[in-house]
Amino acid sequence: MAKTKRIIVAEQAFSWKKFFVQWEWFLLLIFIAINVMNSFTSEYYLSTSGLLTATSSFLEKAFVALPMAYILVMGDIDISVGSTVALSSVLMAVSYNNLGLPMGLALIVCLLVGALCGFINGIILTKFPELAPMIVTLGTSILYRGIAVMILEDQASGSFPMWFSNIYWGKIGGVVPYMLVFFIICAVAFGVVLHKTTFGRRLFAIGSNSLASKYAGIPVQKIRLIVFTLTGLFAAVTAVFLTARMGSTRPNIGEGYELEAISMIVLGGISTDGGKGRFIGAIISIFTIGFLRYGLGLINFPSQAMMIVIGGLLIIAVMAPNLNFKKIFGKKAAKAA
Amino acid sequence: MYEYVLELKGITKIFPGVKALDQVHFQLKPGEIHALMGENGAGKSTFIKVITGVHKAEEGEMFLDGAKVDFKGPKDAQAAGIAAIYQHVTAYPHLTVTENIFMGHEKVKGGRIQWKDMHEEANALLRELNADFTATEEMGALSVAQQQMVEIAKALSMKARIIIMDEPTAALTKSESEELYRITEKLRDEGAAIIFISHRFEDMYRLATKVTVFRDSKYIGSYDVNGITNENLITAMVGREINDLFPKPVVKLGEEVLKIEDLSRTGYFKNVSFSVRKGEILGLTGLVGAGRTEVCETIFGIEKKSGGRIVLNGQEVAIDNPQDAMKLGIGYLPEDRQHQGLILDWGIGRNITLPVISQLSRHGWLDDKRERRFAKELAERVDTKAVTLFDLASSLSGGNQQKVVVAKLLASDLKVIILDEPTKGVDVGAKASIYEIMGELAKQGYAIIMVSSEMPEILGMSDRIVVMCDGRVTGELSRDEATQEMILVKAMAKSHQKSEE
Repeated sequence: MAKTKRIIVAEQAFSWKKFFVQWEWFLLLIFIAINVMNSFTSEYYLSTSGLLTATSSFLEKAFVALPMAYILVMGDIDISVGSTVALSSVLMAVSYNNLGLPMGLALIVCLLVGALCGFINGIILTKFPELAPMIVTLGTSILYRGIAVMILEDQASGSFPMWFSNIYWGKIGGVVPYMLVFFIICAVAFGVVLHKTTFGRRLFAIGSNSLASKYAGIPVQKIRLIVFTLTGLFAAVTAVFLTARMGSTRPNIGEGYELEAISMIVLGGISTDGGKGRFIGAIISIFTIGFLRYGLGLINFPSQAMMIVIGGLLIIAVMAPNLNFKKIFGKKAAKAA
Repeated sequence: MYEYVLELKGITKIFPGVKALDQVHFQLKPGEIHALMGENGAGKSTFIKVITGVHKAEEGEMFLDGAKVDFKGPKDAQAAGIAAIYQHVTAYPHLTVTENIFMGHEKVKGGRIQWKDMHEEANALLRELNADFTATEEMGALSVAQQQMVEIAKALSMKARIIIMDEPTAALTKSESEELYRITEKLRDEGAAIIFISHRFEDMYRLATKVTVFRDSKYIGSYDVNGITNENLITAMVGREINDLFPKPVVKLGEEVLKIEDLSRTGYFKNVSFSVRKGEILGLTGLVGAGRTEVCETIFGIEKKSGGRIVLNGQEVAIDNPQDAMKLGIGYLPEDRQHQGLILDWGIGRNITLPVISQLSRHGWLDDKRERRFAKELAERVDTKAVTLFDLASSLSGGNQQKVVVAKLLASDLKVIILDEPTKGVDVGAKASIYEIMGELAKQGYAIIMVSSEMPEILGMSDRIVVMCDGRVTGELSRDEATQEMILVKAMAKSHQKSEE
């Protein structure tokens, strides 16, 4: 049989068109527009301290959004993180105030509780892979919140030592918040692991086709367990910063954080279908939503209306990949293309 | 009566960038079963969609009973008495058989659906087809063969005169195929003209009187089935002669590599034993449902065994998951390449390297260059029809997708390769090259287990053949002694054995 050996190209051709047709550019535009808008409402906004203040206003929530990106890339979802924030925060406060543990130990309790909550989600979902993560984490969400309410009832628990408050309020050289530095380190680490390591590649594989991943020898359930546990842990990190910020905790804190974290990630271009998106999009999106909320707050925009804006953005983000530009811009554009 | 019930002349269909059909002709006589053959991607499916009004051809004319027709959509084709039955049944699994049959043309009187009439008519149709189920059963609970029967009943309920069957036997067992042949002949005898698409030569010989061949979107010719040979047809379909479809090399067999002893999984198979040697191709065959795939998935660690031993190179091994199996050098090519074998929206490069991504990385860090070099080498080795490593797996035809899955398998350092239906849904040309690769691998000293339902491939490629029936091994035959009849007898040994017990 005469056969000419085919040569397969191993280099990806660079295309400007592809380069510019990326969701992140659109996000970046919105991000810049929001900053311009904010700078008109407050003359102090576009200064180092102004921007840092704006950043501090939402950053504690962003920690739990980082592993949420992994969850969505895997095609999973976790809506129990808000309750995990509450339960880990409450148990930290109780350990310190009622059990007399030193604050350092109480903080470790907080992280362990968070990780345990995530681990429980993970164990249920990996032992029974046919269950829907949405429903399981809805269940644990109610469960965790229930435990937090039972422990603290309708009370607040606070009076933490000064150094604990400094976790949120402290600044390097009086300028850069510790929290921001820690966030940057975490965000870079999460991004690099997702895009530059075999672990990240496997997350994308699981999200694209978990069955094929299993047949390719990827320990799918083990990886899911790790990521769910990690998510619980970072919910606890959010709990630490949030509690440090408020100086006390209540069983109802962190309500709605799950939806906010999911919104940040989805707007960033990481689809709930799994297997898609880039981490940089998630980071831009976290800051876009954060600054938008802050800016709208500056002009006393009612918070209910804020939900309309963010909801609208989210719907655009979900629709964007499905829009047929040829149809929208008519046949002229299609012919020109 | 006109000579042709359906005639198409000079049909051309263009999709952005591709000519899917190029000046194609077709003539169908009343009461005829006409086979349509060609490799995957030859244009058969597009052609069917033009006939059924799903696609509109850019050029060409279509005549029904000599009168020119111009279908605006599928409804027009249905109204004209054309019905198509697809390989993957497009049904509503949660609805009843009746609802499936009458979907889109329910019997309505004064705005109310006439359930009683519909059930009665559905049952009458099913009786006519000799079906062993009733109209009130849920579609999803039926077997593929039964679902096809429902589709045929649907075609009949719409009074179809021209029935198109697109690879209806692909997912059927031997006896189910026989039943389908019978029904098809019955439909013909009652006056329907039938277009029958299949990759199986035996379907064509058994049923058709005429065969039309497409290749590369073009019409190659129409031939009388009486007097045509496999060789003529393959040449017409592939455009070159394939002298030896089964290039099985003579390999000197080495020591025993894998041996399974009394392997059992409750409810699926029991006390299965066989072994495979270095350089050997072991054919594992039996009817669909005999437990072949289940045995292989258990060896590969997808499912857990309930008893028995797996011995590799003389030592018993424990395999709890695919990672264990791959570490030990056992690879598995799954039966369903679209769902189990490939990530369709990934490029072929990443698909190939997925199982070995750790080995290609440096301490967990991806090494793009090394990964691409590795993927390129394998993709070229299996000669897949992709242009770059970034071509999406979904963009390739079945045969080329399968080559990518083979490349993915070869990426790992293996001793034993298990191929589950490696040529299922693959066209003749790609089949030949997959067999060629198999022969190569045997020469290189791999021990190969090939699961297959296709008799010619089992007889043509295996050194030894193990036959399973109903979860048990019912026979083992050497290459020289095996014949189609012997295998069939052993594959249907079930009833025989039961009566002995």
